[in-house]
Amino acid sequence: MENIVIFGAYSAIAEATARHLAPSGGRFFLVGRDSAKLDQVAADLKVRGAQEVHIFASDLAVPSEMLASVEALYGAFDKVDVALLAHGTLPDQQACQGDAAQTLAALEVNGLSHIGLLTLLAERLEQQGSGTIAVITSVAGDRGRKSNYVYGTAKRAVSTFLDGLRHRLAATDVKVIDIRPGFVDTPMTADFDKGALWASPDKVGGDIARAIEKGRPVVYSPWFWRYIMVIIRNVPAFVFHKTNL
Amino acid sequence: MSGGPYQSWGRIDFGPQSGVRFDDRTSALPQIEAGQTMLPYGNGRSYGDSCLNTGGVLIDCRHLDRFIAFDADSGVLRCEAGVLLADILDVVVPRGWFLPVSPGTRLVTVGGAIANDIHGKNHHRAGTFGSHLRSFELLRSDGARLFCAPQENRDYFHATIGGLGLTGMVTWAELQLKPIANAYIDQEIIRFHNLTEFFRLSEASDDGFEYTVAWIDCLAKDVSLGRGLFMRGNHATEIARGEPKTPRDGLSVPFAPPLSLINQVSLRAFNALYFRKQREDEAAAQVHYRPFFYPLDAIGDWNRMYGPKGFFQYQCVLPLAEGDAGMTEILRKIAAAGMGSFLAVLKIFGDRPSPGLMSFPRPGVTLALDFPNTGDKVRGLLDQLDAITGACGGAVYPAKDARMSPQMFRQAFPRLEEFAKWTDPAFSSSFWRRVNGANSQDNS
Repeated sequence: MENIVIFGAYSAIAEATARHLAPSGGRFFLVGRDSAKLDQVAADLKVRGAQEVHIFASDLAVPSEMLASVEALYGAFDKVDVALLAHGTLPDQQACQGDAAQTLAALEVNGLSHIGLLTLLAERLEQQGSGTIAVITSVAGDRGRKSNYVYGTAKRAVSTFLDGLRHRLAATDVKVIDIRPGFVDTPMTADFDKGALWASPDKVGGDIARAIEKGRPVVYSPWFWRYIMVIIRNVPAFVFHKTNL
Repeated sequence: MSGGPYQSWGRIDFGPQSGVRFDDRTSALPQIEAGQTMLPYGNGRSYGDSCLNTGGVLIDCRHLDRFIAFDADSGVLRCEAGVLLADILDVVVPRGWFLPVSPGTRLVTVGGAIANDIHGKNHHRAGTFGSHLRSFELLRSDGARLFCAPQENRDYFHATIGGLGLTGMVTWAELQLKPIANAYIDQEIIRFHNLTEFFRLSEASDDGFEYTVAWIDCLAKDVSLGRGLFMRGNHATEIARGEPKTPRDGLSVPFAPPLSLINQVSLRAFNALYFRKQREDEAAAQVHYRPFFYPLDAIGDWNRMYGPKGFFQYQCVLPLAEGDAGMTEILRKIAAAGMGSFLAVLKIFGDRPSPGLMSFPRPGVTLALDFPNTGDKVRGLLDQLDAITGACGGAVYPAKDARMSPQMFRQAFPRLEEFAKWTDPAFSSSFWRRVNGANSQDNS
């Protein structure tokens, strides 16, 4: 029986991932801002097979609440097998460009809060000597682009932190997984026109559940983004700077 | 605005649709402009325009898909309206439960199943989907949330079942499932050579078999008219040998070919071969529930085979007294026109009353088949079929329809006026305006 904690549990990708994990009958600890929404997800996961589901309402961008949520987690579980960090927002790049406070707030909720949580969780899992830490970052962290580099910066920082964590924990059985989705059709991206590259949360959630099962270090979802990003990273600046990406 | 594009399963163009995502059952209905209307949209498996609202707003319920509660002892399931029957089966079959009524695809939502009061191969025993509903919540445009059940808000309960989404938005529903021993069906397939044999087989099978349905060769003429394969089955009480594998869905149609792949040549070849798919006149086997109930779900997006213009589905029911003669006339017209489909389906409805004021199923014999959209040619044929159906005192199924006349609709649904009292003033559909004679704003 696995103990699974999900931060940002009613984000579309997190919920889809949990639906893939629930039929194995795990115990869940769900963290998010709105307890009514967490209740809805909890009831759903129970019907789908989860053995028990705890919820904890918390704004993870506030450091004291982050600490409280980890304390509550270890009040409910003595051991964590899977920790999935899925919370975040899509900052308004244009607004951030003219406003340092907004930029910092965006980095806080999409990067610093993850790094804070990872710091707390890594200690616990290192002592435990096992478990999986999975974090949803983004292909946006692979190269800074004018359309969303604030978001990309936060995600890249988390990816770099995960690299280091993986190095630190290499001698243990703790797996550290960096999940980089491409375009996903979620409420966060409701205002975008959708094309062929867009994936459903269910598809990405399935990829994440599989990555957790297999312990792969860096996962692009859907898979073809790995190759798209190889190209994007290697386009010379004089070409890249002429694009509107 | 989000999601989309919104189409119905027949892929006929009814003009652009716009939708608003609705994924939290506690939230309010979308704000619409004065004079505009809205309509809940599930998985878009209605064939015509009953799930579309050209010029208005679709309330996109595809993410309103959470389970709420399931009691594995009593088989009572409560879930949101956008949950697919496929999701229910995945969750409940391993725990020994099954849908009380199962249509020909598991890719419909619970909300859609209610709005069309769907039926299945066990209609002669179980009646319609609505017969197994314990309760649901109806969210009206004035913000009221009505708990509807057979004994509470009864008028709304009976108007909403089969009410084509026009009485408001069903946010969640609770249904009674049926117990099963395993995921398998003991199936028999029997060849028949004409309609008289079909009626005789059907009558002989109703008592001993929970599920009955027939495939007919809609292109066979003269002495072969009405030939086909009769399928009947029961839930298996024991698994025959070993643990058979769970089937996987295979192919899908990746894009719509520029021309319909369904034409006279492919149809004739398929139907003639299908009639002879088994050597014996009778064959028995144990099969998984998926190929038994949902053969077409194994081919993803099969509707694209009809090409860019899409297709019509026609489903009618005729009273049993007129059944043999009426169906013979209908099949003659179809065979003479050389139009028709791979899977024409014939089934006897039982006499268990449907709970909805506007439910389509009623005692009689029902026929369902597809026609490529060849424009006036097929519309002319379907008008002729309507004339026969109407003369027999039968009805055409709104969930399948894209073209019936207001007169045909009024004649087939005598409780229409009573129903109209319970519709929501801010809800409408392209279908509803069409059958009320106001189709000017729709490009149909």
